[in-house]
Amino acid sequence: MRALTYHGKHDVRVDTVPDPEIVNPRDAIIEVTSTAICGSDLHLYNGVIPAVMNGDILGHEFMGRVVETGPGSTLKKGQRVVVPFTISCGQCFHCNKQQYSACDNSNPAENQDLTTPLYGRPVSALFGYSHLTGGYPGGQAEYVRVPFSDVGPIVIPEGHDDEKVLFLSDILPTGWMAAENCDIEEGDTVAVWGCGPVGLFAVQSALLMGAHQVIAIDHYPRRLELARQLGAEVIDFTQTHVLEALIEMTGGVGPDAVIDAVGMESHGFAVDNLLDTVKQTVGLGLDRAHVLRECIMACRKGGRVSVPGVYGGFIDKFPLGSFMEKGLQMRTGQTHVQRYSQDLLKRIEADEIDTTFLISHRLPLEEAPTGYANFYSQQNDWTKVVLKPGA
Amino acid sequence: MTMHSKYRTGSDRNRGAPVSVLALLGLLAAGAGLAYVSVKRTQPYRGDHRPPDSAPGRTSRQHRYGEYAVIGNTVTINKPRAELYAYWRDFANLGQFMENIEAVEVTGPDSATWRISGPAGSTVTVKTRVVDDRPDEQIAWRSVEGSEIDTEGKVMFRDAPGGRGTIVEAIVAYRPPAGEMGRWIAKLFQKEPRVQGRRDLKRFKMLMETGEVATSKNRKAA
Repeated sequence: MRALTYHGKHDVRVDTVPDPEIVNPRDAIIEVTSTAICGSDLHLYNGVIPAVMNGDILGHEFMGRVVETGPGSTLKKGQRVVVPFTISCGQCFHCNKQQYSACDNSNPAENQDLTTPLYGRPVSALFGYSHLTGGYPGGQAEYVRVPFSDVGPIVIPEGHDDEKVLFLSDILPTGWMAAENCDIEEGDTVAVWGCGPVGLFAVQSALLMGAHQVIAIDHYPRRLELARQLGAEVIDFTQTHVLEALIEMTGGVGPDAVIDAVGMESHGFAVDNLLDTVKQTVGLGLDRAHVLRECIMACRKGGRVSVPGVYGGFIDKFPLGSFMEKGLQMRTGQTHVQRYSQDLLKRIEADEIDTTFLISHRLPLEEAPTGYANFYSQQNDWTKVVLKPGA
Repeated sequence: MTMHSKYRTGSDRNRGAPVSVLALLGLLAAGAGLAYVSVKRTQPYRGDHRPPDSAPGRTSRQHRYGEYAVIGNTVTINKPRAELYAYWRDFANLGQFMENIEAVEVTGPDSATWRISGPAGSTVTVKTRVVDDRPDEQIAWRSVEGSEIDTEGKVMFRDAPGGRGTIVEAIVAYRPPAGEMGRWIAKLFQKEPRVQGRRDLKRFKMLMETGEVATSKNRKAA
């Protein structure tokens, strides 16, 4: 089959690789009909996530048709499914608590050893990401082996276009959980850093959850315009002092909740960010965390900090004093996708959530490397890329 | 083997006296009997005679216990004790999750012969006898004549709190033989068993909870 594979920083290629087969009883094989490039794929593309190997198949946002099932799968051949990016067994302590992205059993034992020194405990597996998270071949391919296929995949009724439901795989539930982690109350202002797909879905979700005001922060005019269309106020950090503006836009209080939808590679020319960039380049201090620091500084006393943005290692200059003295709470984590699947599918069917507005480009899988290059270098216009295998 | 029949003091442990490994391990097994008051202090205690803490001996900063090396790991499995005990007690099952086991031959109700793969394609044969078998609680074994390695171990099953299943604790002690063979065995046993032991227990958990052992391989033969 054809698949998008990693060959080093800014070097991804579509190669011919062996087709997957059923390995474990609960597996299914999916023929991919649509797959997307995620903002977190750019962390891989930029080489800032450890333990990505040459030849790894990337991609964790995908959907398709079931073509083969193991004896323990509950799926049926021909069914259309969206596959969550988190791989979860459904039977461990964490899965029973609906903490699917903390599954004990999906990350192979030898890979768990890789994450323990870095994170203290082994983390669960994800499709098409680092070997820290299992090293499972990803979805930017013609076929994918889906483990625990009786737990993850969401069966989609016929009649919905792929693009309407594809983002149930990651970015929609991720934006939703980001807003849920804000514990929004009546009258709240939520500030969202980053108007990429997750940030934009967080904006929609926060408004649906009853936020009085959502303020979105970015520097790409096109992305700020998308946020404005969804009903957010916007701040362009290249023309406005973000902290001052947030205080003035919230009656001198500060936002009740803040969302870092950027993660470990934040943009901008703040002093801390330049230092972080130097260290990231030479391999020290892995993560560039300007946004997280600004989130904490901006948040009102007793407020909530929600972090859907991806971090992989360590940060310094963490404003712990601000965090402690203001009595903030922080909630984060890879998304517990399976927890939200059915509810969000219903909301899509009821047209409560617009899932297609952010797609800017559709390409055949063969042109995926072009998609990566432009999604990385032209972020104003390339807001979301959907790939079509076999096209 | 004798387990936890007597307590050793922390200073014994610090001097590395050749105590019985498993007596030391008894410190953890009999943890209920040890209650020490934790005292807040502003700087580390510098005294020579430091009382033992509540942690398992194998997590000590000192890793050797006389002639024996010890590895041990704990895992919580979301299944009842009886089910886990029964699966383990049938030694023929253990190859399902222990990667280094090439073959297990059950030679009697309490005895088995193990062929364990070592470095460079070598194989080590160990014959064991069950020395303490408490249904749903514990299985202890030791090597007998005809084994290439002197080893003993046990696996314990106890209820996890709050209905969270079973805490499974496996401990293996082994004495690397002397000589050239010893060097090689030591290499085999100082790193690999520690890693393998940890992974094997995780694979046991996977198999018991999910019915399969997770792998990212895309093809059976790969």
